[in-house]
Amino acid sequence: MRALVIDDSRAMRSILGKIMGELRYEVVEAVNGRHGLERLREIGKPDLVLVDWNMPEMNGLDFIRAVRADRAFQDLVIMMVTTETEMAQVAKALEAGATEYLMKPFTKDTIIEKLALLGVAPA
Amino acid sequence: MALSQAAFEFARTLVRQRSGIVLENEKAYLVESRLTVVARNEGFASVDLLLEQARTQPLNGLQVKVVEAMTTNETSFFRDVQPFEALRQLVLPDLIKRRAQEKQLTIWCGAASTGQEPYSLAILLREHFPILAGWKVNILATDLSLEILERAKRGRYSQVEVNRGLSARLLVKFFDKQGLEWQLKEDIRRLITFRQLNLIEAWPWMAPADVILVRNVLIYFDVETKKAILGKVKRLLRPDGFLFLGGAETTMNLDDGFDRVEFERAGCYRLRKS
Ligand SMILES: C[S@@+](CC[C@H](N)C(=O)[O-])C[C@H]1O[C@@H](n2cnc3c(N)ncnc32)[C@H](O)[C@@H]1O
Repeated sequence: MRALVIDDSRAMRSILGKIMGELRYEVVEAVNGRHGLERLREIGKPDLVLVDWNMPEMNGLDFIRAVRADRAFQDLVIMMVTTETEMAQVAKALEAGATEYLMKPFTKDTIIEKLALLGVAPA
Repeated sequence: MALSQAAFEFARTLVRQRSGIVLENEKAYLVESRLTVVARNEGFASVDLLLEQARTQPLNGLQVKVVEAMTTNETSFFRDVQPFEALRQLVLPDLIKRRAQEKQLTIWCGAASTGQEPYSLAILLREHFPILAGWKVNILATDLSLEILERAKRGRYSQVEVNRGLSARLLVKFFDKQGLEWQLKEDIRRLITFRQLNLIEAWPWMAPADVILVRNVLIYFDVETKKAILGKVKRLLRPDGFLFLGGAETTMNLDDGFDRVEFERAGCYRLRKS
């Protein structure tokens, strides 16, 4: 299983990377939306994308819109992981094409529970 | 300050008698840490003093607080996923067919804790079974702890709680954000009746149930208590109804009146045909 983790914070990438690694995911990192799109082009379709909302150059919302515009990525599983916690924002992310939404802070268990919901839980 | 052995014995016996929860010796630390909070809230300088008062003044409500403090209320929306998949794919379609004439369903959650389990059920019904709009659907949710039931009734959850097991789509659809908390909509809340019920005491009259959930509570009881509860569940469940237990619970070696339903990790059982 492979996950693309997109976050401008190195600390957050490392936390998510560690959790996903423990769940036996191979992790590919990107530092913003644009970088994330490049990574997708390089590695093809991962099993899961975890993407932050607020990032320089291209934010998570624009990343999701760009990804969904590409037919090849219509069914890519994308979970937004963000400090944005207002109802309108959750709705906006879903509308843009996010599959799931996780509000920071979270724990490893929260991630596992979301993966179970998404049907991409580790064996 | 460490809890005295005598105080621990008193707490252990009280909790066992009132709730059925078995506290092994290794749980002394748990008793101490949970009761430290109660002692502080109630203005006692130590857990020993709290328990002394609870012992000598049995009617002042402290005993209830001690017992409630020793319940574990850990829960989450759509906990373990699979039981809810079984309900959606198998149990509810089956019951909807069987009850097509009476158009009535009765569901009982026997250890509802803070409400995530009955609310998940109600959300599932709303989301996937619009046909039930014209039916009489009774969801009864009970628990031992009154304090917990009060929280359950409010249907207000923290961000941490809604992060757990609830899909964002359902969050947006069935909750309103109020301040930092998430309030379940009235439309779902009114589907559920909350009431106190102690599983180890005599049960009040209840309508025969189509689905019973007693999940993640039998684990705290001794074998005799588990057997007694399963025996009563057997009498309350309609002959073609379904029982759900928690992931670490089973009827095996306790009651041979049940058969496991083939649905991976759902903890679902039916009455054995005799
Ligand atoms: C771990 S929670 C389980 C919640 C939910 N069923 C689930 O699976 O997520 C256990 C609940 O059982 C309740 N409980 C403990 N002893 C009980 C008793 N004797 N009668 C009724 N409820 C009891 C506790 O108050 C607690 O809320």
